[in-house]
Amino acid sequence: MADALAAALAIAVTVAAYLAARRLYARFRHPLLNPLLVAITALIVLLYAAGIDYSAYDRGGRLISYWLGPAVVALGVPLWAQMEEIARRGRAMLVSIVAGSVVGIVSGTVTAIVLGAPRQVVLSVAPRSVTTPIAMGVAQKLGGLPPLTAVLVISSGVLGAVAGPAVLRLARIRSRTAWGLAMGSAAHGIGTARAVEQGEVEGATSGLAIGLMGLATAILAPPIVAVLLRIFTVR
Amino acid sequence: MRGRTRAAVDWAKGFVLARGTLVLLAFFYAGNAVSALLRLPVPGSVVGMVMLAAALHFHLLPPHWVRGAADLLIGHMQLLYIPPGVGVMAYFGLLRREWLPIVAAGVVGMLAVLVVVGILQQWMERRG
Repeated sequence: MADALAAALAIAVTVAAYLAARRLYARFRHPLLNPLLVAITALIVLLYAAGIDYSAYDRGGRLISYWLGPAVVALGVPLWAQMEEIARRGRAMLVSIVAGSVVGIVSGTVTAIVLGAPRQVVLSVAPRSVTTPIAMGVAQKLGGLPPLTAVLVISSGVLGAVAGPAVLRLARIRSRTAWGLAMGSAAHGIGTARAVEQGEVEGATSGLAIGLMGLATAILAPPIVAVLLRIFTVR
Repeated sequence: MRGRTRAAVDWAKGFVLARGTLVLLAFFYAGNAVSALLRLPVPGSVVGMVMLAAALHFHLLPPHWVRGAADLLIGHMQLLYIPPGVGVMAYFGLLRREWLPIVAAGVVGMLAVLVVVGILQQWMERRG
């Protein structure tokens, strides 16, 4: 009973932080006020102040994050709705996504290895450029630490949403489909929330990129990581 | 009378959402089962996503059955990321020891994917 009550409280506080952070962002629209960043920071501060550890909070939290699985399934709807568009620019998108997936896995993993990260960290870094539920699934299959992967995925997403538009401007990206595809593949769901603000084309392509990038990385990460672990020595 | 119609509309909405949610859950668990049985490298949720798109494409599932629930879940995806994000606090120790490779790998990987996908896609679109 006390457990159920604590779980319900954790859920209520999380939803309240989410709604408040969204209102704050809607009011000021500053990239650093990214709702996810604000809500996570506020909850960590709150848990620290109240002396509650993460595992106690997560008894309720996991009832929320459970829905990330069905949410990925739900991306099948925009995937279906955009099928014609994909068929038209299909080959270009597939090439870009596969290249992006390989670059993402290799650049992240090699950076971690070269800077001397231990094995478990390296294996948690590899799938970081895809949406959390997929990344956590891949990290588990690789033998990494799924919660560390989740942290990396979310911070990459927040960084992408905050800094991505400026980087794409510097790279002179003017095509709206290329803009959306880049945001979705580098910053998944969090980048997509930002892409939706940019415009309808950007939002749809970004949402599509989440699914394609997740698929490509889930298939490519295990063999690529296996090869990298043969080339480099990891402590 | 008016209140009754509104209540009826709410019930209908609730029913549609519940039905959509059940369909998404069914595809999620079916995807998990397929991924486990065939020992696929892909997580069950992604298998479920592809199965759902295929079911819609081949008219095995009417789109209005899932649309509302799917829009709701996708629209509030950020909420679902909050608990694993708060999970960073359980790794403060590891992060303090290994912050450099972790942060560098995240930043380098994110920028590399962003720039490569953006430039490659724009270049191929212009080439036609």
